[in-house]
Amino acid sequence: MAVIDAAVLERHGIKPDEYQRILALMGREPNLLELGLFSVMWSEHCSYKSSRVHLKTLPTTGPRVVQGPGENAGAVDIGGGLCAVFKIESHNHPSFIETYQGAATGVGGIIRDIFTMGARPIALLNALRFGSLDQPLARRIFEGVVAGVGGYGNSIGIPTVGGEIVFDDMYSGNPLVNVLCLGISRIDGIVKGAARGAGNPVFYVGARTGRDGIHGATMASAEFDEKSAEKRPAVQVGDPFMEKLLMEACLEVMTTGAVLGIQDMGAAGLSCATSEMGSRGGLGMTIDVMHVPQRETGMTPYEIMLSESQERMLLVVEKGREHEVTAVFEKWDLHAVQIGEVVEGSRLKIHERGVLVADVPNRGLTDEAPVYRRPMQEPSWQQDVQQLSLGDLGTPPAAQDAFARLLTVPTIASKRWAYGQYDHSVGTNTIAQPGMSAAVVRVKGTNTGLAVSVDGNGRFCYLDPHRGAMLAVAEAARNVACAGGEPIGGTNNLNFGNPERPEIMWQLGEAVRGIGEACRALGIPITGGNVSLYNETEGRAIFPTPVLGVVGLLEDASKTTTRAFKQAGATVVLLGDNLGELGGSEYLATMHGKVAGQPPALDLSREAAVQKLIVLLIRGGLVESAHDCSEGGLAITLAECTFNSGGIGVTAATGSGDKSLGLSAAWQVNATLFGESASRIVVSVSGAKLEAVLAAAKAAGVTATTIGKTGGDRIRLSVDGKAVVDSAVAEAEQSWATAIANKMSGRAPL
Amino acid sequence: MKFSVVVFPGSNSDYDACYAASSVLGEDAALVWHKDTDLQGADVVILPGGFAHGDYLRTGAIARFSPIMASVKAFADRGGPVLGICNGFQVLLEAGMLPGAMVRNDRIKFVSRLVPVRVEHTDTPFTAACESQQVLHLPIAHGEGNYYASPEVLSELEHHRQVIFRYADPLGVVAPEHNPNGSLNNIAGICNRQRNVVGLMPHPERAAEAQLGSADGRVILASAVQALASLSR
Repeated sequence: MAVIDAAVLERHGIKPDEYQRILALMGREPNLLELGLFSVMWSEHCSYKSSRVHLKTLPTTGPRVVQGPGENAGAVDIGGGLCAVFKIESHNHPSFIETYQGAATGVGGIIRDIFTMGARPIALLNALRFGSLDQPLARRIFEGVVAGVGGYGNSIGIPTVGGEIVFDDMYSGNPLVNVLCLGISRIDGIVKGAARGAGNPVFYVGARTGRDGIHGATMASAEFDEKSAEKRPAVQVGDPFMEKLLMEACLEVMTTGAVLGIQDMGAAGLSCATSEMGSRGGLGMTIDVMHVPQRETGMTPYEIMLSESQERMLLVVEKGREHEVTAVFEKWDLHAVQIGEVVEGSRLKIHERGVLVADVPNRGLTDEAPVYRRPMQEPSWQQDVQQLSLGDLGTPPAAQDAFARLLTVPTIASKRWAYGQYDHSVGTNTIAQPGMSAAVVRVKGTNTGLAVSVDGNGRFCYLDPHRGAMLAVAEAARNVACAGGEPIGGTNNLNFGNPERPEIMWQLGEAVRGIGEACRALGIPITGGNVSLYNETEGRAIFPTPVLGVVGLLEDASKTTTRAFKQAGATVVLLGDNLGELGGSEYLATMHGKVAGQPPALDLSREAAVQKLIVLLIRGGLVESAHDCSEGGLAITLAECTFNSGGIGVTAATGSGDKSLGLSAAWQVNATLFGESASRIVVSVSGAKLEAVLAAAKAAGVTATTIGKTGGDRIRLSVDGKAVVDSAVAEAEQSWATAIANKMSGRAPL
Repeated sequence: MKFSVVVFPGSNSDYDACYAASSVLGEDAALVWHKDTDLQGADVVILPGGFAHGDYLRTGAIARFSPIMASVKAFADRGGPVLGICNGFQVLLEAGMLPGAMVRNDRIKFVSRLVPVRVEHTDTPFTAACESQQVLHLPIAHGEGNYYASPEVLSELEHHRQVIFRYADPLGVVAPEHNPNGSLNNIAGICNRQRNVVGLMPHPERAAEAQLGSADGRVILASAVQALASLSR
């Protein structure tokens, strides 16, 4: 029997006080296998031990919520007896170590979470963060991640319909890969991941178990160092073909009604599936690893239980109906094997050829995992980075130059280089083409559609995690609203550094507080999500980056719009107030190399009002296009409205914001054009409908300012009566559209 | 009119083809499992897009051994219209029902976008309702759509007017710069000598409704309905 000493505990990432807790739960010393189970199940990745106390404060209920957090995915009612099932999940650490497979298996994992609920996946989105494309390493990671995301989704036939990509040096050693999957299910067809009925058989189906991914969850719960590349065997290898068969077979088998519970084997593999299903069902489970199909010979129970081999599922089947289940899997050339059964009690018992090799209380692995109220401390630098004196930055660049430069910044430039590698048309539901802010998919068999957006601004969160997180919720919801969707549910992915550092924990706590506040104000329940901590390389944390996924409902999918202008001669109206806020803006970072100031102010009641208004206007067919103002401010927003429009130009004039700040005229201009004030939407309106739009805005209490007209083939912007930007649409669009491709082919000036 | 859509393990556009035939065109449509041999009274057979058997050997290389393929061949030999879309086109090539082969896209990467495709000939069951030289905007989504054939086969194809679709610009000009994958002679689709078996890389079934960005593909499926209706008159 192996001796459990300090070195063994350290290898398992178990702290001394945690070991004491294990001893108390077990009432004896665990063996190595049992310690391994605790190690993976108590990892940050599986247990949420640092974030749980904060996550509990999020709003998770609402009239449409069918399934809140705690299951494989959340679900909201979309009418007609159907629900939207969705969740976001990260695969940050694996994607750094092995870009293609890390990203691919991230996609595979979230797809499994959706079809495990009985829902057919219909759309994928992703939120990605990379270092500057001027660095070869960042280009390599970007290329590999995009290929991996595409490779898996394209093969399995689920369209990748949208997302966002941000490039910043803060992510150069720690890219973020967050993937959201959306599926549709009948509400009465939802299947849960809980064991039911003692005596019912437990089946294993899918790929064989190999030695890949052992301790993947533990790896994802530690910082990176120069030895991270050695952890490559801890990254799994994806097989989208196997998952396709598994998905079709599972969806088919669930219609028989013989499946009482189902869970995919993701992080912590069989350990997680057996213990979670048991504890969710208030029952125990007994299995024999001898029956687990194995890819390699001589695997120990430890390796089998901790393997994170992909594309595997665990099912609890109603006794006596096993043949119905096996018949479906045989059809798909998959073999469902009984590996154990549900038992009374609450213990997970693992056998090897009939010999008991582990016996643990399953709730000890799950619900009774440690929960930490880790110390939080505002970073000493926090107040300093919020200081911003524009006057100290000298004379600003001419607006024309800043405009041209910002269009080619990878964060703002067209992401076509990436989404051109994603199949976005398979499934024949995709209404809005990628690159149009929110994704819009129809729901076949109904008139309804769903708009989905993922957003997050790490720079804002770095400057003020509370407000930055609120802004992320607001932007995701606003994007959805700009496609005509009424936000009905959200999912969050919290990407942060090492939670054992009080300043990181403070960022996380503040961000969750902000998400909760914004979600409550905007009526968006959070139905699930994911937390990714320890996003640090050699002691340097990423920007705190909460990513919000918001799903919106279009009662009539034909009543939607995109950002692109539809015809010349329309009136351009700005909804919301332009406050000229440059704090944390892309402009400041790009043109002045500065990340500083207060993020834009956010008045949640104004935000709610502008969102309700735009949904109303789109439903009423009153606006031709709608685009929210975000990175790059009003100037870039207007330019983006001309892109993909067939070259329809715009002439717009605006006054500068608050004159009381004592800024020079040049700064006033740039703040007006490039400031990233929240709660703003640019719409284009045909002449006959202008009055109705302005009246609706007035009734909603939203500022609506007529700022210009569509038409011509140039983008002409003036501030305070002075012409400041004048560019041909064709040239602007060309540089915006090709900027990333040029960087990737090494043709761009670095 | 009955469309039978073959489902291989890994097919992922099977439902889309079925939906386009039934819900959009209003015809009968059924999914046929690859292990079966009964085409269920098909008037038209579609081999759909996807990645049959994971494309792990070569695209379409294993699917040709599926039991249903003998029935599809027999159906084609009797003159029945067969349409292979994307991976289905690759299966037809591997099965020898169409000449040539597919290799990796010339720029290596997977390509997904709406492309203009020029209809070369209207004397096939899948182009009968098209105008000659009509330009259709159809989505492509593939990593291996780079059509290759030996010079002899290629000249035979051209001589017998078997190239049915070519990548073009929106005005119908065929030039190398409008070729998304490096295929020889800008080939997007071809037919057999008997002209009843057609394979193409673009996805007409995904472009059957304007709401989804293009309804240009509908005419390809509608052609089959029209061609069969005129035959039975």
